[in-house]
Amino acid sequence: MNRSLILMTATRYLVPIILMLSVFILLRGHNEPGGGFVGGLLAASAFALYVFAFGIKEAQRLLGVHPLALIGSGLFISLGSALIAPIFFGEPLMTGKWIDTFELPGIGKLGTPLFFDIGVMLVVVGVTLLIVFALAGEDEQLGGGS
Amino acid sequence: MNLLLAVVVGTLYGAGIFMVLRRSIVKLILGLGLLGHATNLLIFSTSEVVRDAPPLIKTGETSLEGVFASPLPQALVLTAIVIGLASTAFAIVLMKRAYAIMGTDDVDVMVTTEGS
Amino acid sequence: MIISWPILAQFFTALFCLFFWARRDIQRILSLVGSFAALASAIGLLLQVQEAGIQVMQLGNWPSFAGIVLVADLFSAIMVLITAFMGLMIALYAISDIESGQEAFGYHALYHFMLLGVTGSFLTGDLFNLFVWFEIMLVSSFVLLSLQGNRPQIEGGMKYVILNMLASLTFLSAIGLLFSVTGTVNMADIARQLEVVAPQYPTLIIALAMMFTLAFGMKSAVFPLFGWLPASYHTPPTAVTTIFGALLTKVGVYAMIRVYTLIFNQLDTLNYTLTALLLISAFTMVVGVFGAVSQFGFRRLLSFHIISQIGYLIMGLAVFTVASIAGTIFFMVHVILAKAALFLVSGIVKQLTGTNDLKQLGGFYNNNMALSMLFFIPAMALAGIPPLSGFWAKFAIIKAALESGSYWIVGVGLFVSMLTLYSMVKIWTYVFMRARPEAYDKPLEPMAVNDRWLRWTPTILIGGLTVLMGIYAGPLMALSTEAAEQLMAPAQYIGVVLGGAG
Repeated sequence: MNRSLILMTATRYLVPIILMLSVFILLRGHNEPGGGFVGGLLAASAFALYVFAFGIKEAQRLLGVHPLALIGSGLFISLGSALIAPIFFGEPLMTGKWIDTFELPGIGKLGTPLFFDIGVMLVVVGVTLLIVFALAGEDEQLGGGS
Repeated sequence: MNLLLAVVVGTLYGAGIFMVLRRSIVKLILGLGLLGHATNLLIFSTSEVVRDAPPLIKTGETSLEGVFASPLPQALVLTAIVIGLASTAFAIVLMKRAYAIMGTDDVDVMVTTEGS
Repeated sequence: MIISWPILAQFFTALFCLFFWARRDIQRILSLVGSFAALASAIGLLLQVQEAGIQVMQLGNWPSFAGIVLVADLFSAIMVLITAFMGLMIALYAISDIESGQEAFGYHALYHFMLLGVTGSFLTGDLFNLFVWFEIMLVSSFVLLSLQGNRPQIEGGMKYVILNMLASLTFLSAIGLLFSVTGTVNMADIARQLEVVAPQYPTLIIALAMMFTLAFGMKSAVFPLFGWLPASYHTPPTAVTTIFGALLTKVGVYAMIRVYTLIFNQLDTLNYTLTALLLISAFTMVVGVFGAVSQFGFRRLLSFHIISQIGYLIMGLAVFTVASIAGTIFFMVHVILAKAALFLVSGIVKQLTGTNDLKQLGGFYNNNMALSMLFFIPAMALAGIPPLSGFWAKFAIIKAALESGSYWIVGVGLFVSMLTLYSMVKIWTYVFMRARPEAYDKPLEPMAVNDRWLRWTPTILIGGLTVLMGIYAGPLMALSTEAAEQLMAPAQYIGVVLGGAG
């Protein structure tokens, strides 16, 4: 394989920065522009960059888990946070609930929307990487799509 | 701004429909993509687009002040983009497999399921 | 709260199937348990709606005009129930029908994601949310359709995917335009706004109504937009064909009925549109049944019949009286059951003989009486022979059409009914009555005891229900009439959804 040394070196430094930025965007989305969706796309773009630089095998090893596991756990976290209100407070599905007593530094009040956003982020990373791996991979084993 | 958006939306619809009428699946999917953009911009243009006024409530205030764009269409467009991404990605994977099996991307060749 | 249970049941089932990606045995059990839970909650929802009226849930506790609402009136509840029932039956059938290779690619998870989309479409009260549920349903169905990845599936899948993507884009454009007129995507709120707006811009309303008709028409395969259906529906395994044929096109019809009764109900403006619908329904019925008559593939013939039956549903909508809508609802449930039963029989025949070509089949009446009866009853129900369900369904729609004075459409309906009977007799003669052609005569493939249970149970249950629907037509028709009355008096729906916000 013909790999670019510049791209490989740059990727080593860029991937952690992009991942950190994605987490920052996720947390910023609490009160300002940002959020799980954009954060997820950023994180996925970091892995996509890794695919271009080192190939799919390496990127999958860096990710550590199958993208489907990310989708599953993301949906589970989102759905769980949506279910807190009806189960514990008897209010409709997806009602936002916050802990009022203390504030986390930099984030603000801890509440169900944050977990919903984390779930969204995991799903976005999972779906995007599933598509990237399927389209970039020569063995078309994944169905792609949802 | 509204006139510009209208012209762009119209052009995109025209280009998209032209592409969808082609025989090649690659061009067809590109056409669907263009139509998707046209639709998204159409929805976006319903939100009274204003420069430098994002529909965000500033810290310390409780409601939006002055002229602002409606946030709902922007949320709708975001959702529509995601869905468009998923279905386009699937269409591309399907197209790749169709090419691998049939060696062509001409829709006129794909008629074996049409007869009785 | 109960309104969200059918959705949550499908959602969690799909989710847990994702978690047990590598364990097919666990996925099968999960699929059955989840389908059963969905069925139980759907029954609960229908009882609740019957007792306490239209149910509403405001997601996120936002007021209706600002957030997404789930709404269940009787029509939605009936559709959710039939979806959950078919979901359970096909989940059972699929265990025997779906090959292990497809299960490994996530068949069960996709199946429940698709049912999630269908259930969500029936329960949402928000136009854009309806689009989202549609897409969940469609993207899962894309993958289900082409799961085996052989040439016919890829070809059929290509047409299915492209046509449905075009339909989605039309739907989305229509939502955008309607939003620019009313400033909301909540269906009840749109209806309330249009009361003011519609008299001012009658042409705009007609254009919008036609755009929605175009979008939903593509999804429900009406004339002349049905080309993708017979090209693709016979390619996947029987279980997938059955659930597609039973439910997916009906979601399009449901959306059409919902939009026309709730939003575009300004009769003086929309007479033109309803006349167009009536014409569309006539062409759909006739073209569908002519297509069916000329076919020699078991499942392809049945696929064309889906189109023809959609014509009847659209006809009931186009006549647009309480009686005709009631007939449509009854017909919808009937045709889901009858069509599914026929597809399941075609699957058993295929399993026994290895082919679906009518010319190569024969002799089932002599060596498999039970299977013949399982075909005969739903086939006669579909053709509308009394006292089976199809007779009452067609009777209700045709009587309503006569009362409203559309005599020619009644003629078309009866003519098509006769051809339906003819095509059913054609299958009956080829597959069951005559002896099998010598050239293709070979012993039937043996069926394992497990397979037999898994395939026969749903076929018998669904076939039996078409008989029961005929016998208990009275109470069921009363229920449909009640649902139709709710649909035709949208003020109640709007009042309940908007509540204090109005």
